[in-house]
Amino acid sequence: MIDTLFTALGELLSLQHLAYMILGIFVGLVIGVLPALGGIAGLSLLIPFIYGMDQVSALAMLIGLVAIMPTGDTFSSILLGIPGGSSSQATVLDGFPLAKKGEAARALSTAFFSSMFGGVFGALVLTGFVFIARPVILAFGSAELFMLAVLGLSMVAVLSGRSLVKGLASCSLGLVIGTIGAAPATGEFRLVFDVTYLYDGLPLVVVGMGIFAIPEIIDLMRSNSAIAGNMPLGKGWTQGIRDWAANWFLSLRCAAVGCIVGVIPGLGGSVVDWIAYGHAVQTTKDNSNFGKGEIRGVIAPESANNAMTGGAMLPTVLFGIPGSGAMAVFLGCMVLIGIEPGPSMVTTDLHLTYTMIWSLALANIIGAGACVILAKPIAGLTKVPFQYMAPFMMVMISFAAFQSTRSVQDLVALLALGVVGVLMKRFGWSRPALLIGFVLAPQAETFFYQTLQFNGWSFLERPGVIIIGLLTLASVFFGLRNRVDEHGEIVDASEKVADVPQFRAHLPQTAFAALILAIMVMAMMDSLQRDFLGQVFPLSVSIIGLLMLGILIWQLGFAGTGHHSHFDSELTGAHGSNVAVHGVWAGLAWIAALVGLVALVGFVLGVVIFFLAFMRMRVGASWPRSLHLTAWAVGGCILAAWALSLNFPSGVLQDFADLPWPLR
Amino acid sequence: MLKNALSRRTTLGLMAGLLAAGLAGPAAAEVDFAGKTIEFIIPFSAGGGSDTWGRFNAQLLGKYLPGNPVVVVVNEPGGGSTKGSNLFAARAKPDGLMILGTSASTQFPYLLGDPRVRYDYKDWKIAMAGPTGGVVYTTPTLGLKSVDDIAMLKGKDLVYASQGATSLDLVPLLGFKAMDLKVQHVFGFKGRGDGRLAFERGEVNIDFQTSSAYIKNVQPLVEAGQAVPLFSLGVLDEAGNVVRDPTFPDLPTYPEAYEKLTGAKPAGPAYDAYMAFYVAGFPAQKMVFLPKDTPDEIVAAYQKAFEDMKADPAYKDSAEAVLGTYEQVTGGLAQALFEKATDLSPELRKQVATMLASDYGVKLGQD
Repeated sequence: MIDTLFTALGELLSLQHLAYMILGIFVGLVIGVLPALGGIAGLSLLIPFIYGMDQVSALAMLIGLVAIMPTGDTFSSILLGIPGGSSSQATVLDGFPLAKKGEAARALSTAFFSSMFGGVFGALVLTGFVFIARPVILAFGSAELFMLAVLGLSMVAVLSGRSLVKGLASCSLGLVIGTIGAAPATGEFRLVFDVTYLYDGLPLVVVGMGIFAIPEIIDLMRSNSAIAGNMPLGKGWTQGIRDWAANWFLSLRCAAVGCIVGVIPGLGGSVVDWIAYGHAVQTTKDNSNFGKGEIRGVIAPESANNAMTGGAMLPTVLFGIPGSGAMAVFLGCMVLIGIEPGPSMVTTDLHLTYTMIWSLALANIIGAGACVILAKPIAGLTKVPFQYMAPFMMVMISFAAFQSTRSVQDLVALLALGVVGVLMKRFGWSRPALLIGFVLAPQAETFFYQTLQFNGWSFLERPGVIIIGLLTLASVFFGLRNRVDEHGEIVDASEKVADVPQFRAHLPQTAFAALILAIMVMAMMDSLQRDFLGQVFPLSVSIIGLLMLGILIWQLGFAGTGHHSHFDSELTGAHGSNVAVHGVWAGLAWIAALVGLVALVGFVLGVVIFFLAFMRMRVGASWPRSLHLTAWAVGGCILAAWALSLNFPSGVLQDFADLPWPLR
Repeated sequence: MLKNALSRRTTLGLMAGLLAAGLAGPAAAEVDFAGKTIEFIIPFSAGGGSDTWGRFNAQLLGKYLPGNPVVVVVNEPGGGSTKGSNLFAARAKPDGLMILGTSASTQFPYLLGDPRVRYDYKDWKIAMAGPTGGVVYTTPTLGLKSVDDIAMLKGKDLVYASQGATSLDLVPLLGFKAMDLKVQHVFGFKGRGDGRLAFERGEVNIDFQTSSAYIKNVQPLVEAGQAVPLFSLGVLDEAGNVVRDPTFPDLPTYPEAYEKLTGAKPAGPAYDAYMAFYVAGFPAQKMVFLPKDTPDEIVAAYQKAFEDMKADPAYKDSAEAVLGTYEQVTGGLAQALFEKATDLSPELRKQVATMLASDYGVKLGQD
């Protein structure tokens, strides 16, 4: 084994193999830096290269890319507040406030050291773990997987914000959105309203972008300043390494969590960052800074997500079960170069497994090193006036959103969720709670149904279930004591929120609560038409949601002035009393205009018109400057689409005229 | 290799103009795709069996089609592969520049009358058919030593991890039903690999794997005494009979196992239903299509390319991992498979739909 370990390293360290790995890392960084273009897009780019390559070179290149993805996507999470990938959503919570304070370079460097540590730690653990992985993976049956989903859901407790009722309502809404599409037990289609798009459920990218990115963009557009305002850009990597070193134990624990979550197939990587983040909040003595720019809130998810990538390779390699979309493509690539996953990967093909592990470790070191060097210059983006950034970001998230199904409906869903996200942010509803609910809904439902079929209610007696159950209880207990709020303050239940006493002032958020209530009623009515197995989950969720909304609406109407459920950032927040700022709706109108244009004339022409209009009307830039920036935006989209060989969503115009690519 | 890929990029650059030119008129008698880009629509997302199969073929097609065009895989996932197939049906022109790769999950909704299907196989010409096969196996804890003890399965409570009643797992479902085995199907599994894991964990006691996955992952279990193979699905010979799978010459086929279990030759409506979906799901699982009006020269060029690629070392290297020990076929054999796979009598369809609705609560839409 030791012998194989070093033979694999020796083989990998040849010039040719290293060169391919660096190519993989390079592509991974470029794709990773662009928000929401993740491992799937990156691997698709590399596939044409792997034909005829020897297995070690191909693996080195592919892993170079996969390993570095959660490092590169930190840039957009921290600098722009746009989740760079499904496993770096939690980084936004504290990373972005740090950028706003002018500490982007520090946050980035800390994140990269955490990523590097997490990745190398993951690789180290895997080296030995690969031999005992099979029994460990086999120990997690449907019952244990269901309990892990519940443990993930318990993070809602810590992420609920000021009002637990609002947090639980958000989570219920997320769970309801997660049930859209085919029911796992019966294949019935729920909440689809005969809209073909909804049959497959909403894509994670669209939900993530809509809920997190759009509200940030809208918020920043209201004042035309740069993201970092007038703050000076802080220190770079020396501060970063000191921050990481001061919190190395947290980083270690989160890397371990990441590894475990990755190894267990079926849970998926989309919650690992939240679990790590929740853990950081629960174990920090003075947690008043979380959500406002606490460096531990950056270290935790970034340590976890790189470690997870390594862990996630085990089920893929040993069982051929990909844990994520990117791993599915990776599996396809393995097959294309003639490697078939299976038990032989720890016996006759062990050298290939070790090649992967070494590649993982090396790629994390090289990639994070490159990122640290790039951190300072790229952090300069936060000093660019936001009116110039905004249209680029809108086009970028639209481009990312339609990756999922390549249709205009992706953009419509993005806009709709964006509106919900903006209102949730305004009224202090927890957006992480919604996302966790959305991600875990199908898993909780599927595994619960399966375990009842396999074990009946006796699944509750299984030792694994009891252990995870106790962990869940502990997590809820500590979570409720240390609730973190997106808007910064950790509030114990007794604290009052500044409030304006008129009934009229509460009308907007009462209306929003009523809207969500209506959605819950709709979900309940829909579920009643289903068979028992397709009905029981959405029905229970919508009843809980209705209960929470009932309490909330009562609180809005009758609770005393200053009650914690009354939060409304328009009344008390940063923009509240400032008359000079633009409204919320103007920003949303621009996004709506972009979506409308795409629906009319297709993506490329839509972006051209949108960009020119934005530059001329909103920014007031000169014609040459407007044209120049438009060319960059459109050129970037076309280049990316061409490299990924994808078609843009078409509009009404394309139904009538047969235009050449990329206009069609 | 790098160089090759870069030249692909340069060629792609000319794509817009050339594509427009290519669309202008039907191809001349001499088929030449030089400088063209061919879109290979795969109605599935990147990653997964169909995508891997598509990319494997795309690379080699570009090498063997006249004029060495660039063949790009365009993933158009959604609606269980109906979205991409609908898109092909609406967009493809008879010029050979857009082809479609389908799988069993494209055939089944069509056969079952899924309301999302807006394509008709009768509008297409087949260029190639890719068969596959597989093995059903069980656990020795039920008391079986080999398939000779298959009668012991009668009346036993069997559990199967299924991807859904209308997925490819419909074939084992109908097979078990025809054999009158008592099988509880637990749905919601993400793939056959997921199902195999449930078998290894002991949550289910009967499972099915396609050939290459069986060889790699189940054969070791059989050797360790943790799994007992029952039967292979078999392959179709030219006359349309099920014969032993050359990959598993020692394993009886489904019809043989049926006879062993029941003592009678397989027959009856339940067996007919199994056979109909078996043919659509396995001997012609993967197919490549062109629109019906495509000139015969273009179809012939594709068939020749699919035949020629079989001698390529790159084909031989990963054929077993990608295709699972079966040859892709063209010409008359492909045509015969295609016709058999996409034709289902209304009575049989009604019978299966009624069974799915009453036993599993599956509603297939207005019929």
